[in-house]
Amino acid sequence: MKEAILRVKNLCVDFHLDNRIIPAVDGVSFSLAKGETLGLVGESGCGKSVTALTIMRLLQMPPAKIRNGEIYFKGQNLLNMTDEEMRQIRGKNIAMIFQEPMTSLNPVFTIGRQISEVLIQHQNMPKKDALEKSIEMLKLVRIPEPEKVVKQYPHQLSGGMRQRVMIAAALACEPEIIIADEPTTALDVTVEAQILGLINELKSRINSSIIMISHDLGIVAEVSDRVAVMYAGRIVEYGDVHSVFTSPKHPYTKGLLEAIPDINMNRSKRLKEIRGVVPFPDEIKEGCRFKTRCDYVHEKCLAEEPPFIQVGNNQVRCWNYLSQ
Amino acid sequence: MNKILEVKNLKKHYPVKKNLYGKTRETVKAVDGIDLHINYGEVLGLVGESGCGKSTTGRTILRLLDPTEGQIIFQGRDITEYSRKQMRSVYKDMQLIFQDPFASLNPRKKAGNAIEEVLYVHKVKDKAERKERVRELFNMVGLRQEELEKYPHEFSGGQRQRIVIARALAVNPKLIVCDEPVAALDVSIQAQIVNLLTGLQKRLGLSYLFISHDLRVVKYMSDRVAVMYLGKIVETAPADELFNNPLHPYSQALLSSIAAIRPGEKRKKIVLEGEVPSPVNPPSGCRFRTRCKYAMKRCSEIEPKLKHVGGEHFVRCHLH
Repeated sequence: MKEAILRVKNLCVDFHLDNRIIPAVDGVSFSLAKGETLGLVGESGCGKSVTALTIMRLLQMPPAKIRNGEIYFKGQNLLNMTDEEMRQIRGKNIAMIFQEPMTSLNPVFTIGRQISEVLIQHQNMPKKDALEKSIEMLKLVRIPEPEKVVKQYPHQLSGGMRQRVMIAAALACEPEIIIADEPTTALDVTVEAQILGLINELKSRINSSIIMISHDLGIVAEVSDRVAVMYAGRIVEYGDVHSVFTSPKHPYTKGLLEAIPDINMNRSKRLKEIRGVVPFPDEIKEGCRFKTRCDYVHEKCLAEEPPFIQVGNNQVRCWNYLSQ
Repeated sequence: MNKILEVKNLKKHYPVKKNLYGKTRETVKAVDGIDLHINYGEVLGLVGESGCGKSTTGRTILRLLDPTEGQIIFQGRDITEYSRKQMRSVYKDMQLIFQDPFASLNPRKKAGNAIEEVLYVHKVKDKAERKERVRELFNMVGLRQEELEKYPHEFSGGQRQRIVIARALAVNPKLIVCDEPVAALDVSIQAQIVNLLTGLQKRLGLSYLFISHDLRVVKYMSDRVAVMYLGKIVETAPADELFNNPLHPYSQALLSSIAAIRPGEKRKKIVLEGEVPSPVNPPSGCRFRTRCKYAMKRCSEIEPKLKHVGGEHFVRCHLH
């Protein structure tokens, strides 16, 4: 296996609310190799975005609190760094593309200024050079008339264009890791295809690693090398994209894939559903997180949390694979 | 005929940017001359990207918006000019399910009462009869009787959508306009609601206008599908036919965007250049020509008509 550039070990993040402690991320571990794309997939509230924000050290604390875990970036634990040290890494070595380009861009600064800022901060580039590089970056993400766009404000651009600007800003310093949190969710499908193509193309150009976070299994299937499926704060299945999608092992992964209609199906055949609802993160105190919705639940699942078990090419948290 | 709904040359233009004297300078042509029909017991899917006018179409059909031009014929009656009062009798047969179950329920009304209210408005006088019907509806959509007394915030998103569905069914409608009914729900919950809508459609013989941007769900639900682009319908065909043999270059690109999650679903991606032009100033001739790789001189001069290409397949393109 290739050398890991990022290693997350047993990460646990709690949210301390008035009189409740919500374990949003509970024992998440994974590694990211150089040049690899890892898909992080799960439904709302499963902890995928919190994981990303913790890596970026952008989580507001309090209410959030890191209970446990380590995040190693090239051997250094990001969680032990000072804010100043982290600022040197953020944007330069690890960059993030957010879901909503409108709320992530500053409405009162020009596009050019927002992209140059990264370059001025991290590479001590003179203002004029930084602006020129910004135009170059905009060209790279195929924005027409970049010389004009650098002087414009975010509201003058369409959603797809704004997302390109975000990508241009994220890539300006050629980061080693790009964390993309639902980068196309707010966009139309034809624009989504453009953006995903662009991310992939740029990735191979600067050989970055990507963490692609999405609730959309289709997107994850398309861009990832490896996939981690999250449920209620945990990774429940982990493996290469082919094995996870063609022979899913965890009942949750299976259920998710079956819940999506096959393109050749019609309504004469009932869709498989996952019964019940996603539990609150603090609802299930013991046993498997999926026990309330699982069709294969047995006694052991109720009481004891399953460890990761190697099944074929996948790592699965499910007791059903231990008895065999 | 057996058409429950027929829409002829429907247009909905919104005035934007008024000048000093209140005169309109620009209009958004959200829906710009569409024709469609739905048969009794049929599900018509309406797909397209945001801003193409699919929701406006749904709302104009329900007369929640007043059409700028065109005709809406529902069960043989021309309802285009109906007053609010006259529409009330139409709403017994035609209902709407919105995307956002959070926004479409009154937070201060218990679930049971929210449904009972509809019956009251539609003149079911006897209280016991109303209560009985609410219980029956709750059963139909898979909610438990003890949940009648709960407030909307006590339900999950999927359950809330069940309440919205029960409310729409209260008056025994024949046509339901479903506007992105599963878009706000998690994947694992989507299948539950899709199954519920399918089951009800079959059992009660309902017709749906099923509006969604989720192509897989539309394919699954619909008998026929209409593809919209920039206020126009560019192609309609039976669902299988459209997905296996899309003829309009836009439909081809749109359908190629469906990501493969199963073996054998891989399609060649067609990535479109550029973005959807503004509906204020749509391109002359064919609206898709600015992004179309087959665009010819003729496309900018003459707007193609919706052409019959066999069976129930219609396409608006000079290539065919």
